[in-house]
Amino acid sequence: MIYDVSIENTNYRLELNRTTTGWTCSLNGRPVQLDVALIRPGVLSLLIENQAYEVKREKVGSEIHLWVGNQRYTAELRDPRSLRNLKDGAGRQQGSSRLTAPMPGKVVRLLVNEKDQVEAGQGVVVVEAMKMQNEIKSPKKGIVQKLTAAEGTSVNAGDVLAIVE
Amino acid sequence: MFKKILIANRGEIAVRVIRACHELGIKAVAVYSEVDRASLHVLKADEAHHIGAAAASESYLDIRKIIDVAKRTGAQAIHPGYGFLSENAKFAQTCAEAGVKFIGPNAAAMELMGSKTRARQQMEKAGVPCVPGTSRGLESFGQAERVAEEIGYPLMLKAAAGGGGKGMRLVRSREELKPALESAKSEALRAFGDSEVYVEKLIANPRHIEVQVLADEHGNVVHLGERECSIQRRHQKVLEEAPSPIVDEQMRRRMGEVAVRVAKAAGYTNAGTVEFLVDEARKFYFLEMNTRLQVEHPVTELVTGLDLVHLQIRIAAGEKLPFAQEDVHIRGYAIECRIYAEDPDNNYFPSPGKISLLLTPDGPGVRHDSGMYEGWTVPIDYDPLLAKLIGYGSDRAQAVSRLRRALDEYLVGGIKTNISLFRRILGDQDFQAGKPDTGYLDRLLHTTQVSSGDQHADAAAIAAGIFATLDSASATANGVAGDRPAVATASTWKQAARIDGLRQ
Repeated sequence: MIYDVSIENTNYRLELNRTTTGWTCSLNGRPVQLDVALIRPGVLSLLIENQAYEVKREKVGSEIHLWVGNQRYTAELRDPRSLRNLKDGAGRQQGSSRLTAPMPGKVVRLLVNEKDQVEAGQGVVVVEAMKMQNEIKSPKKGIVQKLTAAEGTSVNAGDVLAIVE
Repeated sequence: MFKKILIANRGEIAVRVIRACHELGIKAVAVYSEVDRASLHVLKADEAHHIGAAAASESYLDIRKIIDVAKRTGAQAIHPGYGFLSENAKFAQTCAEAGVKFIGPNAAAMELMGSKTRARQQMEKAGVPCVPGTSRGLESFGQAERVAEEIGYPLMLKAAAGGGGKGMRLVRSREELKPALESAKSEALRAFGDSEVYVEKLIANPRHIEVQVLADEHGNVVHLGERECSIQRRHQKVLEEAPSPIVDEQMRRRMGEVAVRVAKAAGYTNAGTVEFLVDEARKFYFLEMNTRLQVEHPVTELVTGLDLVHLQIRIAAGEKLPFAQEDVHIRGYAIECRIYAEDPDNNYFPSPGKISLLLTPDGPGVRHDSGMYEGWTVPIDYDPLLAKLIGYGSDRAQAVSRLRRALDEYLVGGIKTNISLFRRILGDQDFQAGKPDTGYLDRLLHTTQVSSGDQHADAAAIAAGIFATLDSASATANGVAGDRPAVATASTWKQAARIDGLRQ
């Protein structure tokens, strides 16, 4: 398998193969001696040239975080062979911005109506979680095309609250 | 001794009290709201009773329902924990009338300490040093102006019924007084249903240091030394330690004596905390008394070797304090981190949700008081305190290094937590030098964080590929081998790849 991995905006070309006896690995064309043990779901023990690393994976929304020691890295990864397929059908959301709930909570107030003009940074919806109210703001200037949020309803992280075009 | 105790709380403190009950051979009765059925305190209790909807007013704050469960289950006492009904004098009174022992002080002592102005009046009478200011509510703007001239600017306006920074205003000059007074009053009215506001002189760069007291029902009162609680964000404590780096043996004795005097003057029983402000000359002033077990009680437990919840229960059962003041010794050093479900990268906004991965630290000098488990969904309805991580060492430097090591082992995955904040505080030189006052944390958060480097980025890149390979293998094998949960994981990777594709 070949992966293009991006760790905190630095790109790596990673080649990994799983054999019956273990793993072979090369990073940016350089062979790396590697031993792998999956400790539990989300936790790896890596021996890279006999240096020991405990790597923990965490998924927050659509982001992948990898913890190595006390450092957190945001990882993005793709398989270059499938990239072309992924690009087809993309761009569906071009021009419009979706406002999503950053955390689970309750919609307590709508600050605008559909078809209203909003400025960038203007509050659109107020979501309350754990006794704190948070204004979800429009990322751009535009027209509120759709208000999917309704006052009093519960929302999950990532739920679309409104679409601004 | 009681045979059965009801715990009128949830979260880590309910678990803490249930553990103490079991250690003393007492049955523990839990109560829970609709969203807490799967919470840890229900799992750990001997009996559990559903008491209503998620909103605290319909469950954990509903006095009638809680007393009703106590009577039905034959619980002889109620432990209120902290927050919720713990400082509600009416609840203490209702317990007494129902013949159920409230584990805490009596209603009269709670009422006295619940009003900052009445408490100040009483304490001044008892010769307790208070921050210069008024001990009565301000009746008019004219009166406020006169008092302010007497005390001098800058000064603080505070709500008599207040707490948690609500109804509190800093006034730097005469011009600011009128608008500050009006907004403090209206905020106090909204938050506490009482608009009474009084004036205190502003202590520059104060420290917040509190003294733990214990009083039995036979007139014996002792103090257990101090806790340093100056590390605060928006008037909320974040990290506490015992002992305080600036309190020596002599100062501890003087503060302790005053704290005992406060407890006696209030007719106080059970565990309580006397809070002081300490100025730059190390002069201390009575601030208020908290009539409950504090969140940060474990640091005192570690440095005194005592179990405060055991002692609370024993005192409530009518036992005498099993030791005298001269038997109390402070040994070693303890620091507590309050682990909250909140996002340090997004202005500390609450971050409830499902805990997908939980790795907790252990080893020498580590205590973890927690109300969470892997797979639990943190509800959106309550305070976001998840757990407390406490480090202990023979001196402060060792406590700090153990805590830093423990934080490196700690991972709460799937939700955001403030764990990274503690790495930052504990790694800071001013903190390590024991310098912080109550303004310290805000100043620290305004400095730019130095990037911690990326020497492990290669390992992260390799791990990213291995996780992805294991995910797709287990997706192919339908979850037989590799990582779990297979399908969801694979699709998340695809989603990440798709997002990445869009960015190109």
